[in-house]
Amino acid sequence: MTSAENLRAFKRDGRIVVVGASLAGLRAAEALRDEGFTGSLTMIGDELGEPYDRPPLSKQVLTGWVPADGTTLPRRRDINAEWLLGVPASGLDLANNHVRLADGREIPFDRVLISTGVRARPWFVESEAALDGVFVVRTREHAEGLQRALAAGPSRVLVIGAGFTGSEIASICRERDIPVTVAELAPAPLVGALGAMIGEVASDMQRAHGVDLRCGVKVTRLEGDTQGRLRRAHFDDGTTIDADVAVVALGGIRNTEWLRGSGLAAGVWGIACDTGCRALTLDGLVTDDVFAAGDVARCPNPIYEYRLISLEHWANAVEQAEVAAHNMVSGQADRWPHLSIPLFWSIQFGVNIKSVGVPTFADEVVVTQGSVPDHRFVAAYGYRGRVTAAVSFNNAKWLDHYRKLIESAAPFPPPCPTPDQPVDMKPVPVDFPGPVLLAQGATVVVTGHDPGERRVTAAEQHHR
Amino acid sequence: MKVVVDLSRCQGYAQCAFLAPDAFRMHGEEALMYDPNPDDVRREQVLRAAAACPVQAILVDQLEGQDVPVEASPS
Amino acid sequence: MTTTETPGMLRRILDYSSRADPYPLYAELRRTPVARQEDGSYVVSTYRELTELLHDPHLSSDVRHLSRPMPSAEGGDTPAFINMDPPEHDRLRRMAMRHFGPPHTPGLVAGMEGDLTAVVGGLIDDFAGRDQIDIVDDFAYPFPVTVICHLLGVPRDDEPRFHVWVDDIVNSIDYDPRTDPKEKLDKGVRARQDLRQYLGGLLEQRHGRPGDDLLARLANDDGPDGRMTDEEIISTANLLLIAGHETTVNLITNGMLTLLRHPQVLQRLRDEPGLVVPLVEELLRYEPPVHIIPWRAAYSDITVADTVIPKGSQIMLMLASGSRDPNRFHDPDSFAPDRRDNQHLGFGSGIHLCFGGPLARLETQIALTELVQRLDRPGLVADPPPYRRSPVLRGPIHLPVEQNR
Repeated sequence: MTSAENLRAFKRDGRIVVVGASLAGLRAAEALRDEGFTGSLTMIGDELGEPYDRPPLSKQVLTGWVPADGTTLPRRRDINAEWLLGVPASGLDLANNHVRLADGREIPFDRVLISTGVRARPWFVESEAALDGVFVVRTREHAEGLQRALAAGPSRVLVIGAGFTGSEIASICRERDIPVTVAELAPAPLVGALGAMIGEVASDMQRAHGVDLRCGVKVTRLEGDTQGRLRRAHFDDGTTIDADVAVVALGGIRNTEWLRGSGLAAGVWGIACDTGCRALTLDGLVTDDVFAAGDVARCPNPIYEYRLISLEHWANAVEQAEVAAHNMVSGQADRWPHLSIPLFWSIQFGVNIKSVGVPTFADEVVVTQGSVPDHRFVAAYGYRGRVTAAVSFNNAKWLDHYRKLIESAAPFPPPCPTPDQPVDMKPVPVDFPGPVLLAQGATVVVTGHDPGERRVTAAEQHHR
Repeated sequence: MKVVVDLSRCQGYAQCAFLAPDAFRMHGEEALMYDPNPDDVRREQVLRAAAACPVQAILVDQLEGQDVPVEASPS
Repeated sequence: MTTTETPGMLRRILDYSSRADPYPLYAELRRTPVARQEDGSYVVSTYRELTELLHDPHLSSDVRHLSRPMPSAEGGDTPAFINMDPPEHDRLRRMAMRHFGPPHTPGLVAGMEGDLTAVVGGLIDDFAGRDQIDIVDDFAYPFPVTVICHLLGVPRDDEPRFHVWVDDIVNSIDYDPRTDPKEKLDKGVRARQDLRQYLGGLLEQRHGRPGDDLLARLANDDGPDGRMTDEEIISTANLLLIAGHETTVNLITNGMLTLLRHPQVLQRLRDEPGLVVPLVEELLRYEPPVHIIPWRAAYSDITVADTVIPKGSQIMLMLASGSRDPNRFHDPDSFAPDRRDNQHLGFGSGIHLCFGGPLARLETQIALTELVQRLDRPGLVADPPPYRRSPVLRGPIHLPVEQNR
């Protein structure tokens, strides 16, 4: 059979398994059917129920407006799939092409898409994490629990971590008139993602809305009462604060442990892939039948020096899902690369924060439009004299222009003035608190001498 | 009815919040908060809002409750 | 590539003889997406370039940034926010929006549905027993005028007075000193003064008397941005009064004309009333009420489609051409109410997106729904119908329709 005949046969009655039945998995399944795939489609997911949307969980759901079970994703089309829900995948066998489930079942495939996403990073002391009143927010059960706790009128909420999710939750608390303390190890909120300049704006916003913001501090201990309810938090500067609710918002952990031993380049950083979402083996070879999409995928982006970047962005999940689905049912010559510029948003304290590009890939930042004190502005990020990202506060209608600047490697700082350019426009160092982008432990060992023997082995990876 | 808004596309034009104010609300000048599961009695308004979006960021369910997944029980 | 080409192409489009069907000329124009004119101005006609410019912060709406200021009927008056740049544009639009839409007044437009339906019903009741009606004079004009007068707080009975002024103002929008008599501009200037004076008089009565209409609210409200000056209120009211009906008249009339030209779609709309929602969007793409943004200014050098438009240049945006661009819309010259992903330019895009768009949509949806339900076997008396002069706000001046055929 020619490869074209093979492909036709595969599209007609091949077997595709999607591991991870959330946003990326669902959109990929829909795209596969759109592409004319008529074979068998199996959706594997560790959560029960239909795929649902997560961004509302830290916003509309926590305000009490929308019930936690009301964010089920709308469908673009019928996908005619077999759903295996409530059981996580526990292994991937690429020698025999099947996915192992935690209950021992083996699900065979011709091609597999991995979209297992991330889970919330739990509080590092298990017994303290188990205290009544200590929450993370990732699933709808989490959001429902936290919403109930907020509705009960807590005396104070402690938010640990002032990234986007932590800041959004603090915003909701203030909207509900609940006293809130935010504890952040970095010098300011959002600073890890957007740098010191924006971090300062975010600090102002939080304080102006009555958040008790404590930066440069670490929570060392969560203390419970005799009934196992949270009552106090201890900081590394020796101070304490009484709170009956704590939200641990320390980011996510990519769900890749189940791939250990599979031979894929999967680890804490995600699953390395090419721009076509084809997974790489540990040796860095491209596979033909294994694809990854969404938060768990880590793809090279040519705009950013071909560095491997993983993004926990909604639009990224949707776009990668579509690219992966297309490539799963296309021949070599018809494959698409995923080359879109990252887009991100966060809603907090009545402000729409959006970003385009990769702000951490920058050495300088400059406010190009609007007014920082009014929280209406656009800031452009530059790396070695070219524009690499932009962030807007309540100024989203201009961001398309900055996307174009990024795509065309336009000079930084942007040379042409605009009518609303601040008079004192001057680039400042972007100033991120820690190492960025390539920081997450490259824990592999290379062995062998002859080209035919050279291999990469995974070293033991430590999760906190 | 099920609704999702691609907020990375949304630019805060607020057309949806004009036409279906119970399901789409502006939070400040530009940020959109919406009800992902508005009551069916608002269907007409929600469809108007979706059609009016200048960046076509609002997706309304195309199936209306078909294709409910078979749920496997954990072992 | 800067192309000094298509000499006369723009002139042909602006010429009245092209009014009934400018679309073939737009198609020719699109061969040069960014076309430099002999006078140094630029005409942009393709979808991608138009949307790029509408989101480009270097594109100014302030006439002072043109290197060769164009003759304008606006004179030295405070401009309305449509002719301003951020941050002043944003501030004034935000202050006006406080009384018209979200986030401060979210339910206003949706809450008008009942009243709008009643006005429409009343106008159609008057068609009874007549074999021929003029969709413009008997319906598409009185409907939005009644609505905007009510919203603003302008007495409906004054309509004959401001009707003349508005006509003169609209006629002066596309004033071209090379081809038009100076009289056209002068009339516009006088009309603007008269209208401002008239609105000033109405505003005078509102000070210290809070009320529900927009003039009263603007006169007495102290929001987070403070209070508008009287000059700013008059400019805003002036803009909303003119834009609030001129464009909607065209949209409704173009809609009826398009339906009568597509009887199978008209029948479908009768059978499936929900179709009106996507249909109006398609109408905004296919026969929009605003065809051209006659001028914008390059605040600094702007690069678009590999062309550098120098600072101070006048830029003309051919919105209606962009909405017919085959590189963006499949089969763009067919009227397809089921069209998906219809990101038309009917209301513009970016920060100047039509302020009253949501109201215009609702008015047109209700108007077309009721017209097709209640007109009995309607038919065009003349095709094409006679058009208004303006190539900018384009639409029939009359649309005679016979019924009960």
